Amino acid sequence: MSAPATAPASVKRTPLYELHRELGAKLIDFGGWEMPVQYSGILEEHRAVRERVGLFDVSHMGELEFSGPDSLAAVQWLTPNDVGKLADGRCHYSAFLTERGTFVDDLLVYRKAAGEYMLVVNASNTPKDFAWARSNAEGEVRVEDASERWALIAVQGPRAAGLMSRICQPDPSDLPYYGFRETAVYGSSALVSRTGYTGEDGFEIYLAPDRAEHTFRGLLADGREDGAVPCGLGARDTLRLEAKMVLYGNDIDDTVTPWEADLGWIVKMKKGDFLGRGALERQQQEGVPRKLVGFEMIDRGIARHGYPARTEHGDGVVTSGTHSPTLGKPIGLALLPTEASGIGTEFEVDIRGRAAKARVVETPFYKRQKEVR
Amino acid sequence: MNPEDLHYAQSHEWVRIDGDVGTIGITDYAQKELGEIVYLELPEVGHVFNADDEFGTVESVKAVSELFTPVSGEVVEINKGAIAEPGIVNDDPFGDGWLIKLKLSTDQEVEKLLSAKDYEEYVKQEEKER
Repeated sequence: MSAPATAPASVKRTPLYELHRELGAKLIDFGGWEMPVQYSGILEEHRAVRERVGLFDVSHMGELEFSGPDSLAAVQWLTPNDVGKLADGRCHYSAFLTERGTFVDDLLVYRKAAGEYMLVVNASNTPKDFAWARSNAEGEVRVEDASERWALIAVQGPRAAGLMSRICQPDPSDLPYYGFRETAVYGSSALVSRTGYTGEDGFEIYLAPDRAEHTFRGLLADGREDGAVPCGLGARDTLRLEAKMVLYGNDIDDTVTPWEADLGWIVKMKKGDFLGRGALERQQQEGVPRKLVGFEMIDRGIARHGYPARTEHGDGVVTSGTHSPTLGKPIGLALLPTEASGIGTEFEVDIRGRAAKARVVETPFYKRQKEVR
Repeated sequence: MNPEDLHYAQSHEWVRIDGDVGTIGITDYAQKELGEIVYLELPEVGHVFNADDEFGTVESVKAVSELFTPVSGEVVEINKGAIAEPGIVNDDPFGDGWLIKLKLSTDQEVEKLLSAKDYEEYVKQEEKER
């Protein structure tokens, strides 16, 4: 057996690093951050989030803060979704796009107040995104990299709302999906949003780094009755993939457009001009050469990121692949030629030299049952 | 604990010798490092391997690792139970979680492998170097 790769010497750590060690986490290098990949085990943690509640340290995520009278215009120009439609206390999923219409990053835009926005970006992209925003934001707007000022804890699963309502004042459990508010968590001020990256109901708590450990310990203790467990990036990856949420660097990057990534819903062509719009318009007219699709394996094997795909209409590539803990079988995402992207289309994946059959399927692979109230 | 009657490789496989048949599996340390195993790829019966050849792969949710045979021989049996339920490699790596049985080409190679005690020392060393 060959040993897994070990972390390089100089990596960043979150305020919860010591606690992760105390909790017995297995730590890995993730885009320059030393992060917990698992505690008890990926399958167990995955199940906890689907059935109960899981706690994630995602403090590595970056926060860019926009302020000033022209911040709305700046964020409108920088992102394809319609920021004008956001009310105070609401956020939405969006992106930074290049002039070619391809992803600089995917992100969340929070409207805190008129002229005050927070953009939450991928950890390893933060410096690039900050530079991108600075050089492309015009007018009276101040852009700050506030990442050092925010720790971030995700509380995810069907029992997340019950747990949050016991520890927050005021109670955030009446927040709509993608709503957020300021609330006190264990007596300290925090920003809590009903968001997540798991396909489950859940919340994300933005708080001061020096309150992170106290809060995480509190969540573990008060969540015991709900069956709360700490969860690592391993479960985060299997959970997001079942929900078909894309991962920058795997499924999307600066060669992929929102049309290709099946994320056309974040592009609001009618809102006015924005970075990348021209290229997206052209691609819309000319046609999309390839599409990101979900697939299941017909033959045995797990198709993983980077494995070549072969279709009757040309080559593609697997962008994400894993064993789905909920479905108990291998699943994945692949960029395939558009002609080969229809549901039911069969194609081959080169699994380390062996050709294995796969089939395009409907996504998401997993959709939670919403409670009927 | 690593059973005393087995022979160990630095690539974290073990061999149990029974006459001219060697049973091969991965160690408890290896299964812990991998995490929950969800997929095993093992060779066909009749396949002949030299020592240190890759004979299959083991996959956890996160990663793929190659399996290397510490000894030479012909595959006489594979653990179909482990292919159907790879989790048994985690639960019982030295017992029901064995992987393949080889009819050994020679009895010379086993002597070069590590004893349980030496393997333990080796793992300690490897952990320190991280």
